[in-house]
Amino acid sequence: MHSRRSHYAFAFFALCLALFLLTFADAALRRAGSANALAANERLVAQLGLTDLCLFTEARYTRHPSQADLQSAFQDHPLAFEHFPSGSLLPPPRNLTAAYANLDRKTKSAD
Amino acid sequence: MQIWIAKQKALIDFTLSSLARRKLKNLGLLLVYTVIVFLLASVMLYTHALRHEAAQVLKNSPEVIVQRMVAGRHDLIPPRYLEKLGRIRGVQHNEGRLWGYFYDNVVSANYTLMAPSQESHGFGQVADGKIVIGAAVARERGLAPGNLISFRSYTGKLFVFTVAAVLPHEAELVSADLLLLSEADFRAFFDIPAGYYNDIALSVANPQEVRNIAGKISEALPDARIILREEVLRTYESIFNWREGIVLVLLSGSILAFAIFAWEKASGLSAEEKREIGILKAIGWETGDVLKMKFWEGALVSLAAFLLGYVAAYLHVFHFSAALFEPVLKGWSVLYPRFELVPVVDGFQIVTLFFFTVFPYTVATIVPIWRAAITDPDAVMRG
Repeated sequence: MHSRRSHYAFAFFALCLALFLLTFADAALRRAGSANALAANERLVAQLGLTDLCLFTEARYTRHPSQADLQSAFQDHPLAFEHFPSGSLLPPPRNLTAAYANLDRKTKSAD
Repeated sequence: MQIWIAKQKALIDFTLSSLARRKLKNLGLLLVYTVIVFLLASVMLYTHALRHEAAQVLKNSPEVIVQRMVAGRHDLIPPRYLEKLGRIRGVQHNEGRLWGYFYDNVVSANYTLMAPSQESHGFGQVADGKIVIGAAVARERGLAPGNLISFRSYTGKLFVFTVAAVLPHEAELVSADLLLLSEADFRAFFDIPAGYYNDIALSVANPQEVRNIAGKISEALPDARIILREEVLRTYESIFNWREGIVLVLLSGSILAFAIFAWEKASGLSAEEKREIGILKAIGWETGDVLKMKFWEGALVSLAAFLLGYVAAYLHVFHFSAALFEPVLKGWSVLYPRFELVPVVDGFQIVTLFFFTVFPYTVATIVPIWRAAITDPDAVMRG
């Protein structure tokens, strides 16, 4: 009677472990299967010179975060708050903060 | 070895019977534990896969982009800029890009309009009066190749285009909201004079020289803002780190609540559990056996929660397109790409998740039991 409980537990854990390992097999299969989709994305980016992922289309600075200028999030009026929900999920683009600062020192005009 | 296995089996049997006596409480714990692992693993898998895909796809974006800034905002690139950039040594190729945004009142959505350069192939060739649309636009407006679509431009004029093609669904992650027009149509629609562009894309002969060339451009065109491809990639890297961080901060409340709950459950022994330990000791169990029994209790619960939570998170992210995150990611966007992420699983992340979920609970179960188990059985039973 008692040994049955542990056998059930072993069967349950074997099933869970099999499912866990199956996720890796599934990931490998899906990676191979989605090679075409990835290639389609890469081709389109190269053909059209695209710069950003189309994740947030609600505002231009969230549609193209890598191309946005510092003011675009606060464009409505002086002291305006940034009000699009995606803004809270997006940090300021790196090229506007740390990385661009280096470049900024090399130029005589401020951005 | 046989004896050791038989002993562990007996201990597991006993542990499971002990857990079954407090079925509701332990099932509740397992459920909450699984949900926490599911949420953490979902965030981890989603951001890692998206980060990987962004890096993979955007490695083909233009090497250098030059924008012109006027009073801190983008402005059109005047004709002489292309010529000036062409004279900079090391610039292999430069071309003006025409792209912009258009707000469609009909579906209240923002589109990205673009005139592909003459040199681009495939979808880059769009005839006058024709338009190539992204898959999300086609879905939202119910369009198919051959249909007509009209837009009222910012100048007030009505423009009618024939849909020449719909961009492939597989490329939605980069092109869901795209509208491709011919250069002449784009200029007429936005009233941009000939020779003017929105920005300039450059390619550089020697990739090692990109930063030097960026410096030279800054000197030649002081009002230019230069965006390097590596900065675009870093922007995306930081976006996903940030987003993962934000979600984890939001989750931290529930994680802490769970930590308190689990700690309380694991470390605070109930009178019933104390009596159980006392009886076990009184009938001849050694302290080591009691500890092993409790170790199995912690290990079984946490391992089950980890495996179930992780598998559920994998299915959620890669088979159900992270449906639970969609409302958060979508924000106020009308057009949202439908894409299936390519599963990229980072072994190190899984090990970290395993360590931070299974290990603390197992330890938290053993410590108080050890304290109870080393005391006199009589004292423990009397409570």
